[in-house]
Amino acid sequence: MKHLKLTAGALALGTILAGPALAQTELTMWYHGAGNDVELTLINQLVSDFNASQADYAVSLESFPQGAYNDSVVAAALAGNLPDIIDVDGPVMPNWAWAGYMQPLTIDESLIENFLPGTKGYWDGQLYSIGLWDAAVALVTRQSILDDLGLRTPTLAEPWTGDEFMAALDAAKASGSYEYPLDLGMAWTGEWYPYAFSPFLQSFGGDIVDRSTYLTAEGALNGEAALAFGEWWQGLFADGYAPGTSQDPAARDNGFIEGKYAFSWNGNWAALGALAVHDDTLFLPAPDFGNGSTIGAASWQFGISATSEHPEGAAAFIEFALQDQYLTAFSDGIGLIPATATAAANSANYADGGAMSAFFDLTAEQALVRPVTPGYVVAAKVFEKALADIANGADVADTLDAAVDEIDNDIEANGGYGHM
Amino acid sequence: MAKGTKLTQSNRAGWAFALPGFGLMVMFIILPFVFAIALSFTNQRLISPNPTKFVGLANYQQLLGLGTITLESERDENGAIVYDEDGEAQFPRLRGYTRNNPDYPRIDGMREWFSWGNDESRTYVLARDVVFMKAIVNTVLFVIVVAPVQAGLALCLALLINQRLRGINVYRAIYFMPVVVSIVVVSLLWRFIYDGNDGLLNNLLSGLTFGAFEGRDWLGSPSTALGSIMVMSIWQAVGFHMVIWLSGLQTISPTLYEAADIEGASKWQTFRYVTWPGLRNTAVLILIVITMQAFALFAQIDVMTNGGPLDSTQTIVFQAVERGYGKQDISGGSAISVILFVIVLTISLIQRYLTREKN
Repeated sequence: MKHLKLTAGALALGTILAGPALAQTELTMWYHGAGNDVELTLINQLVSDFNASQADYAVSLESFPQGAYNDSVVAAALAGNLPDIIDVDGPVMPNWAWAGYMQPLTIDESLIENFLPGTKGYWDGQLYSIGLWDAAVALVTRQSILDDLGLRTPTLAEPWTGDEFMAALDAAKASGSYEYPLDLGMAWTGEWYPYAFSPFLQSFGGDIVDRSTYLTAEGALNGEAALAFGEWWQGLFADGYAPGTSQDPAARDNGFIEGKYAFSWNGNWAALGALAVHDDTLFLPAPDFGNGSTIGAASWQFGISATSEHPEGAAAFIEFALQDQYLTAFSDGIGLIPATATAAANSANYADGGAMSAFFDLTAEQALVRPVTPGYVVAAKVFEKALADIANGADVADTLDAAVDEIDNDIEANGGYGHM
Repeated sequence: MAKGTKLTQSNRAGWAFALPGFGLMVMFIILPFVFAIALSFTNQRLISPNPTKFVGLANYQQLLGLGTITLESERDENGAIVYDEDGEAQFPRLRGYTRNNPDYPRIDGMREWFSWGNDESRTYVLARDVVFMKAIVNTVLFVIVVAPVQAGLALCLALLINQRLRGINVYRAIYFMPVVVSIVVVSLLWRFIYDGNDGLLNNLLSGLTFGAFEGRDWLGSPSTALGSIMVMSIWQAVGFHMVIWLSGLQTISPTLYEAADIEGASKWQTFRYVTWPGLRNTAVLILIVITMQAFALFAQIDVMTNGGPLDSTQTIVFQAVERGYGKQDISGGSAISVILFVIVLTISLIQRYLTREKN
């Protein structure tokens, strides 16, 4: 911890000293990537390139460990000490914008015309944040597994139907070669649950909240479709298709590679590890349970704090960061999906035919952002608990009803979160 | 000059020395406490542009609201009770009564907490916040088990190491070690021990029974999760209370033991009539300290189970944090803290009354 602070401090100091100090206006920036050396190198490179590229502004960077980042921003906002530039997790952005922590981002919008939809953070009709990258989830398996089990390879145009998916799980189970047919990553608590599992619910025809009004979850999270989803979800664990909430985190990280699971529901960040061991690893689209095959979108994005006295400088930095070369650099460095097709074409993994290009197509074709509402932060927690409880055998209808009540109470207590 | 004013007038230096300590206590203990009480009567959020409003007892009603309903079992057209394939009588679903049913406004939005009855009718106790009710029950259960067991075990250990033997300090150090290690680290380690696949505990039990014991998922099953956390918590803090017992033991005058020896008292009689009365005040202290610590159960839950599975390890403090920070509902979290304060205060007063000096 101390070491990290020292490093971050030294780097921040370094960037201040590096620029021609006197004439420049100082901008402060917070970033969530402390602890990841590669990521730090990339962001520091970006900052020092910007500082050297012009004479008006000098950005100084402070990095936080991801686990403590959101708390730090909230604490700083309450104390009135926010930096000029912050980075923000896509689904959290509406909460911060609504709370008055962020101001609309005024950049040349032609710059982001070709950006993946999930990288653009719109709230209340205005752009608040923009990401250099997106993240995606896929059904990870191996060609040899599909061949052994005699399964067709699903494609973007023709993903597995719900029945085909369950038949695939049955085949894997019947083969007896796997501890469990499917690894959903139940060991990863927190945002993983709504991010990774709400697309299944959407494919059934439900959602976390009713997106037409954002004022209730009634009908979306406890309607016919949601009940069908809940029964299916419970069956995955009750019938032994997938390890439940007590899954060993180590098994989540290495289980698929070690051959414990035939299929794994996992993100692009884990793809390189799987490819390194099995070069026939496949990244397949989510099954279609009737309402289309879909995955979640939006990762970390840059925005400007409400209290920044130099929003034009902060915007200049963000515009500078949107250059393809940085999109590619972050992608090559830490495996993220570049926000534009041109940056993807130049990247090591996402170019046409690249090892992870499937993720770019998935994001471009079928990614859907999580509910764009300040209330998402609470709804996500409620959804996570409901899914964990159902997986552990709780009554589906009662659990979803209770989740709806809790989300609705929260929306009401917050005066509708600004949705009118 | 009156005595009372002497304290304020001729003792300025004393007050000056006390000021930093007092200041910190006011800032970090008394102020937050006052804040918690005040906020619990408002709708304050952690993050919100909306103005804070006074809401009276709404937070408490939301947390503590209870209701009951008695339902008749379902009958077919001949009036016979309908049974499902498990032979259980069928009752209409509660959600038909508790959700948007204008005939039952008092129980709108409530959920089943527990129920009893026979095949003809069942009585359901409903709670507005079932999770919080379960948290209270779990916490009380935790206190009822941990307080006596931990205190008793600590006393046994203290008696064992209160001897003049070679190398006894090694044992003292060993028993005290878990207390010094961070509870978060201890909880992580015990997560591995309790692991359902090839945890240490499962391997140990399976080895001891020559494979007859089937591994189980200690933290993943609602029936064993809370018990597992109790065992681990008792183990972790027992050394601390052992040291307090030990200090109590060493204040007992050796002459009393010598007298007991001369009178020909047995070991049990010595303990019953010399040691135990001498430990009276220590016992009161330990009981109150353990009770308060046990009510504050949080870190183990946060690291090991997150309140799951199926709310079997929800606790009051975990709920306060989960609500206040996780769900950004500071007023709800404050209300829970105030409820906890009232519970602990009541229990401490009862304990003091029961263990008072009887003259």
